[in-house]
Amino acid sequence: MSYLDRQGRGGLWSWITSTDHKRIGVLYLCVMTLLFWAGVSLGVVMRLKHLVAGDFFVSAQTYNALFTVHGVIMIFMFVIPGLPAVFGNFFMPILIGARDVAFPRLNLLSWYCFVTGAGLALLSLFAGHGAPDTGWTFYVPFSIRTGTNVSLAVFAAFVLGMSSILTGLNFITTIHRLRAPGMTWHRMPLFVWAIYSTAWIQVLVTPIIGITLVLVILERFFNVGIFDPSKGGDPLLYQHMFWIYSHPAVYIMIVPAMGAVTEIIPTFARKSIFGYKAIAYSSIAIAAFGSVVWAHHMFTSGISDTAGFVFSLLTFIVAVPSAIKVFNWTATLYKGSIEMAPAMLFALTFVFLFAVGGLTGIIQGALGINVHLHDTYWIVGHFHYVMFGGTGFAFFAALLYWFPKMFGRMYDPKPAYAAWLLMFTGFNLLYFTFLVMGAQGMPRRYYAHLPQFHTGHLIATGGSWLLVAGLMVLFGNLIVALRKGRKAEANPWGGITLEWRIPSPPPTENFAEIPVITTGPYVFNPTRPG
Amino acid sequence: MSAAPHKDYQGAKIGMWLFLFTELMLFGGLFVLYAGSRALHPEEFHNASRELNMFLGVANTAILLTSSLFAAAAVTAIQRGSKKLALWLVGLTIACGAAFLANKAVEWSQKFHHGIYPNGPALAHSPPGEAVFFGLYFIMTGLHGLHILAGTILFGVMFVLLARGRIRADDHVLLENSGLYWHLVDVIWIFLLPLFYLAA
Repeated sequence: MSYLDRQGRGGLWSWITSTDHKRIGVLYLCVMTLLFWAGVSLGVVMRLKHLVAGDFFVSAQTYNALFTVHGVIMIFMFVIPGLPAVFGNFFMPILIGARDVAFPRLNLLSWYCFVTGAGLALLSLFAGHGAPDTGWTFYVPFSIRTGTNVSLAVFAAFVLGMSSILTGLNFITTIHRLRAPGMTWHRMPLFVWAIYSTAWIQVLVTPIIGITLVLVILERFFNVGIFDPSKGGDPLLYQHMFWIYSHPAVYIMIVPAMGAVTEIIPTFARKSIFGYKAIAYSSIAIAAFGSVVWAHHMFTSGISDTAGFVFSLLTFIVAVPSAIKVFNWTATLYKGSIEMAPAMLFALTFVFLFAVGGLTGIIQGALGINVHLHDTYWIVGHFHYVMFGGTGFAFFAALLYWFPKMFGRMYDPKPAYAAWLLMFTGFNLLYFTFLVMGAQGMPRRYYAHLPQFHTGHLIATGGSWLLVAGLMVLFGNLIVALRKGRKAEANPWGGITLEWRIPSPPPTENFAEIPVITTGPYVFNPTRPG
Repeated sequence: MSAAPHKDYQGAKIGMWLFLFTELMLFGGLFVLYAGSRALHPEEFHNASRELNMFLGVANTAILLTSSLFAAAAVTAIQRGSKKLALWLVGLTIACGAAFLANKAVEWSQKFHHGIYPNGPALAHSPPGEAVFFGLYFIMTGLHGLHILAGTILFGVMFVLLARGRIRADDHVLLENSGLYWHLVDVIWIFLLPLFYLAA
């Protein structure tokens, strides 16, 4: 009996009360798809505004709300929880040969926290005195003084943080306690290593944003003055507190994406991963170094030169483990028997776009150049290369890779290729233009733009249409496949990690018998022990 | 989930420790704020700290340390199978928690009475850093007080579970984890005491 089959009284109720990690993963996928499209729509509206340099389509105040809510939804509800909550939940227990996570009920609770947080965030758009207009960073003093619905929005982010913490705590315990016999640390698939590193960041830094957001609420209601210079407070401390979480959070976003790509590349290159340990420990290194680079967001905020120097140096260092991964993925392809399936195409696109995002990151990590690039479209371009080109494309790669396993249906590859072409073209038209405009001095978050940027904005808006068209084809194709796709066999791609050794879709208990692991995860040639 | 329910003690304890890490980071953020603000206003922090009642602070420290002893002893008692003693010790832990909160209420209401509260009249004319000191004082001891309240309720639940035989010599991980939580809240207070009451 598969996990999708009717259980108990059936229907929606049997899903939202299920403690099965696979069902919870699918629940997350459903909610996040909706939220993702909400975020996309807001982004499209912002691009439409820039068809005209001045007043057009939306008011300036609405524009402020648009970029704030676009950021809040995409960051706190899609890219941060995306891969761990959907694919981590669904596949991590299977990949380590377990029947479920360590705390199944806690897992369901964290889904409810997520849905509550998402609901509160959406409510903040419509209730009270208008949608929040602070930008997703909620910088003081504006976030304390503005009359819009900031309290509700930051409380929503607080609740989402609780969901993230519970998921992380659950995953660490699961990986420590529930690995199948013989599944040593160095026999774990690299996606599990990535989820493990991510879970540690989730557990250790999320509480800091939690308390910081609570402080914003307290300041709004009681006017305590911790961030208010007239009472002796320091607004810079808010920025420190915010980025102590929010910089490591970008590694919560990217590390599981790297993990998913690390699963996909060996399968379609029919070759063991190159540099298993280097990739595994570079995840840990990213988690460690990524936690001490936060102040590179504050080079122009008035931190000391010494602090600037140290954080700039650390920022360069954190690029090393990321580069290690890129080199290892490339080396894995060498002399491989490469099959360019849609999932592989998206995974390789991830490597390319992430490299662009990473290299632009190095550039703005330099102290002098940062002064020029700070708060321009360059930053927005860089961020979208890493988060959308990186995590977004990896999310879609993982979806295309694991879709047959999750739902037991195959999709038509042709529309997936077409979607890729549209998305890749649109993406680069949109965000590479951002990089160029930013370097030329277009400030971010501006409602109006100067005439010299008009052509750039037109190109970017055109790109956004291609990108959205590609996304529609991608999702439409998968939705059609859910209903009409032919049945998937257990192992459609020729993968050899544990999920491909059980039926598609997986049975409720995952494994009839818990497997005993005798080799590493990517041994395509069993005569050579791994 | 497998049909036969199993208990993984070590898993439960790992989960609890991870949760305690998150608590440490939650307070850690505030300690960072305290450090940053105090570096800006060492003089004002010194003066404002004099306003706090050191006797009440030290009394609360004694109460909490004693309660931690009771909590630890309760775990040992149930491990050795003496349910009655464990019930007594859990009851005493609850009593200590309640005494701490009562003490805190007295202390806070004294402050309020003197007009010391965020945006209050006494702080309106004091040097800027003092408002931050008292802001942090109320936020940090308030958050800590909430944790004591949660812990006291938690031990109330443990009392019921003990009485109903759900926590036994061979199945006491719940009480042990509750004890871990209580000790953590205790340790945080050990840091709050010198930072606020003994800063003068």
